[in-house]
Formats: sequence, C-alpha cells, structure tokens
Amino acid sequence: MNPLPVLVGKAVRIASRLRGGGSAFPGLVVERLDPGFMGRALSTLPHGVVVVSGTNGKTTTTKMVVELLEGQGLKVFTNRTGSNFTRGVAASLLGDVDWRGRLDADVAVLELDEAHAVHFVKLVPPRYSLLLNVLRDQLDRFGEIDATTRLLERIALATTGTVVLNREDPRVAGLAASIPSARVAYFGLDASLRSTFPNDDELRGAKGTAPASALPADVVLRSVDGNAASFEVDGAITHTDLRLRGVYNIFNAAAALAAARAVLDGTADTARLFSSLAAVEPAFGRGESLVVDGQALELVLVKNPSGFRLGLKSFDAAGCATMVAINDNYADGRDMSWLWDVDFDSLGLGGVDMVSGVRAYDMALRLTYDDVRVGAVEPDITAALQQFIRGSEGRPKRIFCTYTAMLAVRRELSKITKVEVVS
Amino acid sequence: MSDAPSATALTEAPADPSKGSLRILQLYPREMNIYGDYGNVLVLKRRLAWRGYGAEILEHNTGDEFPDDVDLIVGGGGQDSGQVVIQDDLQAIAPRLRGLAEDGTPMLLICGLYQLFGNAFHTHDGTVIPGIGVLDLETRGGTERLIGNVVATSEEFGEIHGYENHSGQTFLGNGLKPLATVVKGAGNNAQEKHEGARYRNIVASYLHGSLLPKNPAIADFLLRTAAERKFGAFDDGGVDDSLADLARRHAGARPR
Repeated sequence: MNPLPVLVGKAVRIASRLRGGGSAFPGLVVERLDPGFMGRALSTLPHGVVVVSGTNGKTTTTKMVVELLEGQGLKVFTNRTGSNFTRGVAASLLGDVDWRGRLDADVAVLELDEAHAVHFVKLVPPRYSLLLNVLRDQLDRFGEIDATTRLLERIALATTGTVVLNREDPRVAGLAASIPSARVAYFGLDASLRSTFPNDDELRGAKGTAPASALPADVVLRSVDGNAASFEVDGAITHTDLRLRGVYNIFNAAAALAAARAVLDGTADTARLFSSLAAVEPAFGRGESLVVDGQALELVLVKNPSGFRLGLKSFDAAGCATMVAINDNYADGRDMSWLWDVDFDSLGLGGVDMVSGVRAYDMALRLTYDDVRVGAVEPDITAALQQFIRGSEGRPKRIFCTYTAMLAVRRELSKITKVEVVS
Repeated sequence: MSDAPSATALTEAPADPSKGSLRILQLYPREMNIYGDYGNVLVLKRRLAWRGYGAEILEHNTGDEFPDDVDLIVGGGGQDSGQVVIQDDLQAIAPRLRGLAEDGTPMLLICGLYQLFGNAFHTHDGTVIPGIGVLDLETRGGTERLIGNVVATSEEFGEIHGYENHSGQTFLGNGLKPLATVVKGAGNNAQEKHEGARYRNIVASYLHGSLLPKNPAIADFLLRTAAERKFGAFDDGGVDDSLADLARRHAGARPR
C-alpha cells in the first residue's frame, strides 16, 4: 500500500488546523488521492462500525454510545468534530490512523447525516445501525418526511449485523418489514410516557397520541423525573441519575443502551453500562450549562417542532430569563413554518426577554399569537446577547437557538466565559 | 361514524357578547398538517379574539360526520401518503364542500388540499388521483421539487410572502384566476409565473404554514367574508400588524 495519501492528508490536516480552518478539507484531499482509504481503515475493526442516524439527537446519542462502549473497555473511534458526513469521517480518521493508514480501535461509532449516510454505507457497510427518529426537520433538503424515511431504510438495508430501531416512531419501526437479513432490536417507552413524545403526525395535541408500541424492546425507558430516570433491561429496572438534561436526551439514552448492548452481544456489564451513562455530559450546545455572571446559562438547540416542544417541556421556565434565537441559514433549514407547530404557552407566564436571529421577527410574531410577552427584538445576535445578559443580571438564563444561531451565541459567550471546547 | 363527531376542542367565547362567534373547520388536521398549517387556524382564531369575536375550532378527520353551520374552512398540506389516506373520505364529503364553496363560504386551501380540490392529480407514475372538482385545475407530479422562499404580488392582497415545497405542478383551467404573480420562487408550476388560485371566496396557495401570519390581508379577507355572511358586518379594527410587517420585510430579503 502506498502510504503517501495518508501522509499528505495528515499534513493537510495539521496545516488546516494551524490556520484554524475547516475540519473536512483534509478528508477531501485523502478521498481524492486514495478513494479506498476510509473503507480500508474501517474494515478491519474487530467489532465493526456502528452508524447512528435519524433526524434528531444524533450527536448526543453518538456520544453516549461511545462512552458506554469505552466503559466496557473497548477502544472506540468516533467523529467527534460533528462532521457528520463521509468527508468529515475521513478527516477524523486522518487524525487517528498511523502512517500506514491503520486505525488502532475495536469499534467505530459514527454519527451520520441521513443523506450522507446513504453514501457512506455503500463504501463501508456498518455492522450495526441505530436509527433514532424521523421528525419534520430539514424538509427544505428532503422534501417530504417519507423521503427521509427512505434514506434511513438504505442504512438499515446495508447493515450486516443488528439494526436498532425506535419502536415508538411508526416510520422508523416500519423499517423492520423491509430488512431482509439483519437482526432487529428495539428501544421504547413506557405507555405512561408515550404522550410526552408526540411524533410528527401527533402534533395537534396528545389526544390522538397512539399508545406505546407492543413490539418487544431490548431497552425501555420506564419513567423520568427531572434528571433521574429508570430503564428496564432484561426484565430488571434500574434507576439512575443523569447529567444529561431534557427528556429527549433521556429517551435517546435508551437508544444508546440498546445499541451498546447489540455491539457487546450478551457480554455487557449492565451495572457498568449504567454507571457510564450517569457520567455522560451533554454534547456541544445540547442542554449545555455554562456560567455567566455567576448565573447558570443553558443552551438548548431547537431544530423542529417536536424538538422545540420537548425542549420547552424539559426545562422549567419559572424564574429563568429566556432568549430565543432563530436563524434560517442552510444548516438551520430555510423554512420557518415549523415554528407554528410549537406550542409556546409554557413561556406565557415569564415571557421571552429577547428574540434574536435572522428570523427574529417571525419568532416574535409567533410568540405574539400565543399571547407570550416579548421583551425586545434584536436580529443581531451579538447585540442581542449583550442586551440580554445585561438585562437579566442575577437570574439564571436559557437560550433556545437554531444550529447556526447556537454557533454565533457560543462564539460571543466564549468572549465572556469559558465555553467547553470540542476538539 | 356517528360516534366520532368533529371535535370542538378549542372554543373561545366572544369577548364582546354582542359580536358572536365564527365556526372554523380544519380539514384532516392529522394527515394534512405537516407544514405548520395549524398556524393558519391559530391566526384566524386570535385575530377574531383581538377584535372581540369568539371562535369555535372544529376538526374534520376521516370517518367523522361533516358538521353543520361551518363559517370558514381551512385545509393544509401533507405527505403524498397522507393524501392517499384521506382520499376516500374527501370524496365522501365532496358534495358538501362543493355546495359550501358555490354558496360563498370562505376557504383557505394550502398545498395538498389545494391540489385535491382540483379536478385530478396525475402522479409521476401515471396514476390519476381524482380531485373533488371545486377548483378547475389539474396537477401533474414532477421529478423536480419546487422548494424555497416565495414573494408574489396580487392586486387584491398586495405582496404575498411564504415558503413553498411541492413536487406537484398545478395548471389552472381557463376560467380560474391565479392568486398572485410570482416575483421570487416557482409558484404553481415551473413554466408560468403564477401562484395559487382565487375562486369565489376561496384562496388556494402552495405557500404553506406561514401563509396567514405574514399575510394578514388574506387572513382578514377570510374573516371579513365569513363575518359579513353571518353577522352582516365585520369590525376589523384594533390589530397591530407591525411585527408582521417586519417579518415580511426580513422574509422578502432572504435568498430563495
């Protein structure tokens, strides 16, 4: 094998890091020079490749699966930079392979964007896949939610070992019917929690929410109480405290447990799985807690109506200063219609102190139609954040933001406070 | 199914008892509500409340008995698969909908139900899904999906702002007027610069969920028409649309 492409790729990676540049470019270079690089590096891992996909919760769930497997003593490769497309995986690999292109790991756990995953699984068939949900997200990219389902189907079809599915999402659970050879495992919810997680067909109130699925699940989330939860695994219920916040993250913990159990194939140390889970910290921008002026400041990423609803449900608005920042750049989704499927009544009591982002006026208009008081509207995120922090002295703060708004908020906050840096 | 009457989930009594309430019916809120269509219902309800009127929100789902005394009808968009689910029920209530439309009941029809209120939907693989023929138009499934921000102008409503996402391309019959002329975006189809359709008191459009919030002139047309039919008059004062104006201005400046 010619080691040159790897060495060139590594050099480009170091150079682009020094310049503070994009994380995927070295991946492009190595893909061009050696199209077989990624497949070769990933094909020799003893436990194979785990692909995590779905519209919501990929980043946090991937982080959980990685930490659960590391807790069982496995050496795990992952694409931590959040470059959740093929080129990003190649770029991450360049940092971890030796000069011959060999990866020293037991298993790879990769977060992949729905559309890019389809391309990836053609190059590297995963041994395991974890398919989380199909929520109304990025319809400006995929057109229809049913089209997104078909992308996940391609991942399931390419999986050689076990496909782990969300039994409560009818579009995801429905994929089981088209999987010819792989094993299928499910994660699920207790019936009492089912109405907390409306799927996209159930956004008009819990009245029509279907009961929990009767499919047999490997891991079931039985109850949630603040940051504590109980999970049923192998007929036994385990209560645990979590550092993760938000009911959606806690449901995804059930997903991560099921995926880790699939990889470990009966050899998992369950007590250790739960102690690893309890220690998982939130991922970049997903319910992260920072400190500003001696007060907690939480960042809650919102991308679609289900996610925003769950975010509002997960975090009590009482006593908290609230800001909402909505951008409509490509990475956020250009379509603002989804804001009208979120119910903002829970913000009614305290109101929203600041509304910002490119689509600040769309958001302010939305709040007005739910009779939620809007303190100020300032589309410029830098100015809005300064004003928000000045105006909410002595109170804990919470910012709901779309993806690119979250990046802008973090950039500004890093000038004021220490913000966790993700490599 | 007479044991499943339409829900009257959201009823708001008039703030001013002399003003009365309008009955607003949303068609198929489960299947045809994928792009924030409920926002249109909410806007109608709140704009009535702000003016002292009451609102009764009714829902019609498949199998429900179609309610009496409807003052205003709202229909939204959905997945192609959702259109298949509602198809038979829609045909069953079609005579009622045709009667109400001809009689002048105001209706807002978005995307999927805009298509199905026409004569037929010719899908890409050659299947013909019959419409209910309220609007003289036909839709053909295309390979290209028309997605993005739209700005269109109408003599009746001024500039219209919204977002489109559809693969069906709609062609109006000779007698049917478009709602607006497209300035940015595709509209009804990739060939003509027309968006939506206007017929009697029906406004039909491809601009989904966010149509009424940012286009209060259309919301007030529907409300005025319904109120005048029911009460003989409409008090349209007292609503501050300055945030909607700012949202429109920012939306108009965004890329396609």
